[in-house]
Amino acid sequence: MGALLSFFVVIVLVLLALAGVKGAGLYVLFGTIIPYAAFATFILGVILRVIKWSRSPVPFHIPTTCGQEKSLPWIKYSKLESPAGTMGVIGRMALEVLLFRSLFRNLKSEQRDDGAKLVYGSNKWLWLGGIAFHWSMLIVIIRHLRFFTHPVPFFVNIIDSLDGFLQIGAPHLMITGVVLLLAVTYLFLRRAFIPQVRYISLPADYLPLFLIMGIATSGILMRYFLKVDIIHVKELTLGLATLNPKIPAGIGVIFYIHLFLISTLFAYFPFSKLMHMGGVFLSPTRNLANNSRMKRHVNPWNYPVKVHTYEEYEDQFREKMKDAGIPVEKE
Amino acid sequence: MAKPTKPTKPPKPEELVKIDYNPPEKPWMEVPVEFKPGTFCYGTRPKYLEEVGFPNPREWSPLDEDWKLPADWKDTVLDGLGERLKKNRAFHLFMDICVRCGACADKCHFFIGSGDPKNMPVLRAELMRSVYRKYFSTGGKLFGSLAGARELTFDVFKEWWYYFYQCTECRRCSVFCPYGIDTAEITMMARELFNLLGCNTDWIAGPVANCYRKGNHLGLEPHTITSNIEFMLDDIEEITGIKIEPTFNRKGAEILFVTPSGDLFGDPGTYTCMGYLMLFHELGLDYTWSTYASEGGNFGFFTSMEMAKRLNYKIYAEAKRLGVKWILGGECGHMWRVVHQYMDTWNGPADFLEEPVSPITGTKFENAKTTKMVHIAEFTADLIKHGKLKLDPSRNDHLKVTYHDSCNTSRGMGILEEPRYIINNSCNHFHEMPEDTIREKTFCCGSGTGLNAGENMELRMRGGLPRANAVKHVRDKHGVNMLANICAIDRATLSALMQYWVPDVEVSGIHELLGNALVMKGEKERETDLRLEPLPGKEEEDV
Repeated sequence: MGALLSFFVVIVLVLLALAGVKGAGLYVLFGTIIPYAAFATFILGVILRVIKWSRSPVPFHIPTTCGQEKSLPWIKYSKLESPAGTMGVIGRMALEVLLFRSLFRNLKSEQRDDGAKLVYGSNKWLWLGGIAFHWSMLIVIIRHLRFFTHPVPFFVNIIDSLDGFLQIGAPHLMITGVVLLLAVTYLFLRRAFIPQVRYISLPADYLPLFLIMGIATSGILMRYFLKVDIIHVKELTLGLATLNPKIPAGIGVIFYIHLFLISTLFAYFPFSKLMHMGGVFLSPTRNLANNSRMKRHVNPWNYPVKVHTYEEYEDQFREKMKDAGIPVEKE
Repeated sequence: MAKPTKPTKPPKPEELVKIDYNPPEKPWMEVPVEFKPGTFCYGTRPKYLEEVGFPNPREWSPLDEDWKLPADWKDTVLDGLGERLKKNRAFHLFMDICVRCGACADKCHFFIGSGDPKNMPVLRAELMRSVYRKYFSTGGKLFGSLAGARELTFDVFKEWWYYFYQCTECRRCSVFCPYGIDTAEITMMARELFNLLGCNTDWIAGPVANCYRKGNHLGLEPHTITSNIEFMLDDIEEITGIKIEPTFNRKGAEILFVTPSGDLFGDPGTYTCMGYLMLFHELGLDYTWSTYASEGGNFGFFTSMEMAKRLNYKIYAEAKRLGVKWILGGECGHMWRVVHQYMDTWNGPADFLEEPVSPITGTKFENAKTTKMVHIAEFTADLIKHGKLKLDPSRNDHLKVTYHDSCNTSRGMGILEEPRYIINNSCNHFHEMPEDTIREKTFCCGSGTGLNAGENMELRMRGGLPRANAVKHVRDKHGVNMLANICAIDRATLSALMQYWVPDVEVSGIHELLGNALVMKGEKERETDLRLEPLPGKEEEDV
């Protein structure tokens, strides 16, 4: 249900761009206004969301410790899984953000022998799919900087040539584009076919997958099959980047579809689960050092509470305490 | 009032392992909650709420049609939810950033043991996220169920109650979550909301009230504490020939010792307690017990942060009154989550105490320099390392030991090596359970966070299945017959769990094993272990 609905939404988006550009000739709307609006929504939305999160304080010091604490000097402690200082936390966060450390731990539990035995097997597919998806996405985005810069920075050229090192076809096949499409397809398939994952999936889980599939597909079509006039495309994109928007004639509609899907993704981003990109950096179970007995953590809203004092306790039990030979304050 | 369900016996183990992991056809929002006998706890009696000044005390049962909530209960929940979003970044973030990848699904012992999809951590959290979206997010307000949002209804509230009392806040899911989403944080907030409406469980509210008024969960009054320890001292004298005379509420002692009250009442906790008493005596440690701060554990932590702080207050207050230098804490799981991650924040700074230094070895416990409370496993491991204890591990040769990392000490503290070091020095036969079931990946006993009642035994046995199954593995492979741990709740609950799943395995604290091995000055030749069972090679003489 959720999958169909999301798929339908993306089809409608494609048709909208098609009709808008090809039918109604709304080049300025789809080539300038929507991209600007989407980008502004993205930047503002992300900033506002992060501010909103940051306004909630971190009252308690709650790292999830995944290794030995720093305790006695002769016991080897786990600097990356249970870091005691800032450097360790940076290392732990880097592993988490760059290599998906926690997901790498993933296991699959299974009953064997009619339930007599529970076994756990390594299960790295989700990690592999996730890391392939995110890294190829990042590289694709960096590659696209060539459309928004002049001259093109050296690292973009390096990444470009590395990405196309297979030198298949003309233009050269970019590996990341293909990997991105494959990975996002895998992420969709596991969501659609693993019963538990399907059960927890919302339309909001399928929508970004289909959007990205649409973006990758239109990009691949544009580059290898429906070739668009790359000079004019760059004219348009550089115009956007330099705040001097223009609409060169003769760019194929596939480009506008690609751009519209990207705009939709950007505009949708701050309101969606995609904000995990920002959230992961703020997660208190990962970004705090395991040093709460070494360094006091202050809760900004700590307030006095009603307690049962020793005096009240002794008043309650004085005779019993005296009989049991326990010292008391007041005889 | 409908009568609470009678404690039902769980089905036989061979029945219980027939678990269907396939989710139902219907979407989860359309599957109404069903209170299955043996899987939930009684609602709290009004007197427990009255004793701590909590709202809405009344007679009620979770099976009642009418939970006797105040008319504006919905506002209370939603206002409470909004307030907590503003006060707690972890909670706020965890409402927003889940991508429902499902990596957590089969990491939860309750899901593994029950197959109920709402026990997948992601779905447990979605129970609350769906309401969050409806009232606190733009997408949810605009698109409703398409955005995964739903109204807060009484049925939803009941569903929350049922499933947030099926989470033991063990944090195993948060180890595997790529964003570190910790269901414990969500469960804690849910339980705070229940307590705004007087909907605690009886098994949690009772110990809370006891602890508040009498100093400990079990409600042991001062003279009962001393007499319980007297019994242990008699046993120690019988076993070792040594008479020990500990002190209580003594001003001017160097160290205040605080342990969960479970160690003072009922075996096998009492054997662990005997181990502490023998160790401290052997060291000639200048320490005192307190009858006022006679609880290390904290069922307030399963109620609300405020209640937890109210109970935890006594530890520092008593340390200050008695004028001790620092605090030593016994073997307990959630007690150490609280001490390690919360105590100083709530009730510190403990500037009236000194940085803990072992009077025996001179070791400075720099890892405890502001909280000023040292874990007994840290303390004892340091003693052994410095050769301050004479140990005869052959006295534990009748035991083949494995070690259960408690959830809180492994994932909320990280004390993994010290207990193993102590066991390895006290026993000759130690075997680890499979790698994916220990250390940070350890499985819960299935009865933490106050779920260790009698009426929910089926739930406990289901939740404890993964732990028990790993014990069974080492029992079959190595003949393991003793499950050691550093948690008072474990000592009580794992005993029941073992009886059900792996009947020939017993449960102990590590200081019981140490007490067995500890060669004391002037002791007579030991004939029995701390359980008064004959030592290896002494069986015949005993007859």
